[in-house]
Amino acid sequence: MLADYSLLLIGAILVNNFVLVQFLGLCPFMGVSNKLETAMGMSMATTFVLTLASACSHLTYHYLLLPLGLGYLKTIAFILVIAVVVQFTEMVVRKSSPLLHRVLGVYLPLITTNCAVLGVALINTNKSHSFIEALLYGFGAALGFSLVLTLFAAMRERIAVADVPKPFSGAAIGMVTAGLMSLAFMGFAGLV
Amino acid sequence: MSLLVVTSPHAHGPMSTSGVMRTVLLATVPGIAALSYYFGAGVIINILFGGLVAILCEALALSLRRQALKPFLTDYSALVTSTLLCIALPPYAPWWLLVVGVSFSILVAKHLYGGLGYNPFNPAMVGYVVLLISFPLQMSTWTTPLGIAENVPGFMEALRACFNPSSFDAQTMATPLDILRQNNGMLLSDLYASNPQFGAFQGVGWAGVNLAFLLGGLFLLYKRVFTWHAPVAMLLTLSLCALMFYDEGSSASGGSPLFHLFSGATMFGAFFILTDPVSSAVSNRGRLVFGALIGLLLYTIRVRGNYPDALAFAVLIANFAAPFIDNYTQPKVYGHREGPKA
Repeated sequence: MLADYSLLLIGAILVNNFVLVQFLGLCPFMGVSNKLETAMGMSMATTFVLTLASACSHLTYHYLLLPLGLGYLKTIAFILVIAVVVQFTEMVVRKSSPLLHRVLGVYLPLITTNCAVLGVALINTNKSHSFIEALLYGFGAALGFSLVLTLFAAMRERIAVADVPKPFSGAAIGMVTAGLMSLAFMGFAGLV
Repeated sequence: MSLLVVTSPHAHGPMSTSGVMRTVLLATVPGIAALSYYFGAGVIINILFGGLVAILCEALALSLRRQALKPFLTDYSALVTSTLLCIALPPYAPWWLLVVGVSFSILVAKHLYGGLGYNPFNPAMVGYVVLLISFPLQMSTWTTPLGIAENVPGFMEALRACFNPSSFDAQTMATPLDILRQNNGMLLSDLYASNPQFGAFQGVGWAGVNLAFLLGGLFLLYKRVFTWHAPVAMLLTLSLCALMFYDEGSSASGGSPLFHLFSGATMFGAFFILTDPVSSAVSNRGRLVFGALIGLLLYTIRVRGNYPDALAFAVLIANFAAPFIDNYTQPKVYGHREGPKA
């Protein structure tokens, strides 16, 4: 049992990394990775939202939609659940850490449209994960996202001072780097 | 009146960039000799043709960026990149494989990031991974090493293999790492008995190649081209992982520490790839973490992943983590110590 759970976690973090292997959540990955500090704040907020949203959408699907025979409404329902969770997170962050709120600012609502969050909820129903599995899968996806986001941010800080040719500076070299990182993560294939 | 303000350290290293690069090239000679002794002249053709492509690519990139050709072409850095990549490639690779790999290393992995000194990933390993993902068949055909085969292809045959691949027909064989990865349900003693690739001491040919690269690496260490931290951390971690899971009996337990140390690209990677001063961590403490990370990833992917020798992947992932490692392993400023937080 424990082995299954740890495999699920490792699979979500490394082998099927949401950003580099499944290409979900690319907008915050490119948008918030210019500075390490913001990237870490974003990672923490996303981890919280993703885990919570994964669990909430699982509950919604199994205890609200399925009994009413409304399974086909899951995409819309999940979007609603995610929006609520993000609003809730924003309120918590604003009250508990005004500094973090100022740093994250515009990025927090961006989590609402982070396709990784919706992706996790939908994959959970597709693979018919149990509640614990859904929770762990959401947490693993968030950890994987945080891992590559922070590493990528640290790397972009270094690239920012490099003598990159004009046509490739900024987002372009970021894309190239993300591609190379994705290539490196293909090495994890087959681990789980 | 303006005075030039120079900050410490004022010590001056005796070696120039081209000096370092020449020393590295010199240190690969024993390894190349061992490779061509066991596998034939293919690796020499690889290196010569790859070097030519590298110089052309470097010149193209420099002229596109309107930089001076001479100082950058004569610092040997492009040659070092292409030589390291060509050593890692299987011998008797067709010419287009070399062209794709070397030009990707030089143009994308090096010059898109601003050229020498800026590349966040090891260029040679980027080229290798691109080839491994795109052309898995060509990248996993290793010819039979001397000791199992009667003789190995000569210079002319290697030339033909490179430029007219369809006319070249060599006997190929799975490497020891391949065999161990593909057989999980056997006794090690049976596996060793049924495959001639396992010789008296580890893999036939591979042990010699690794020893030769170890020799070259120790020469570089003696010349102080790099510090001992990253290679030692990587080799130690690799042995430790192997020691933890090895049970001397079944082939599922992943091979002995000695097997891992003297198989595939272990020594080549430890002394020639990890020690790239640009893409590795900067501080000594950071290098220990960097090396240990590569050792761990190398063992994990070798034993559990799809790729039998995972050095290139391990190095790229660690390169990717290096700026982050640096961030947390900054050495303290001399004279300062951690006091109570104000």
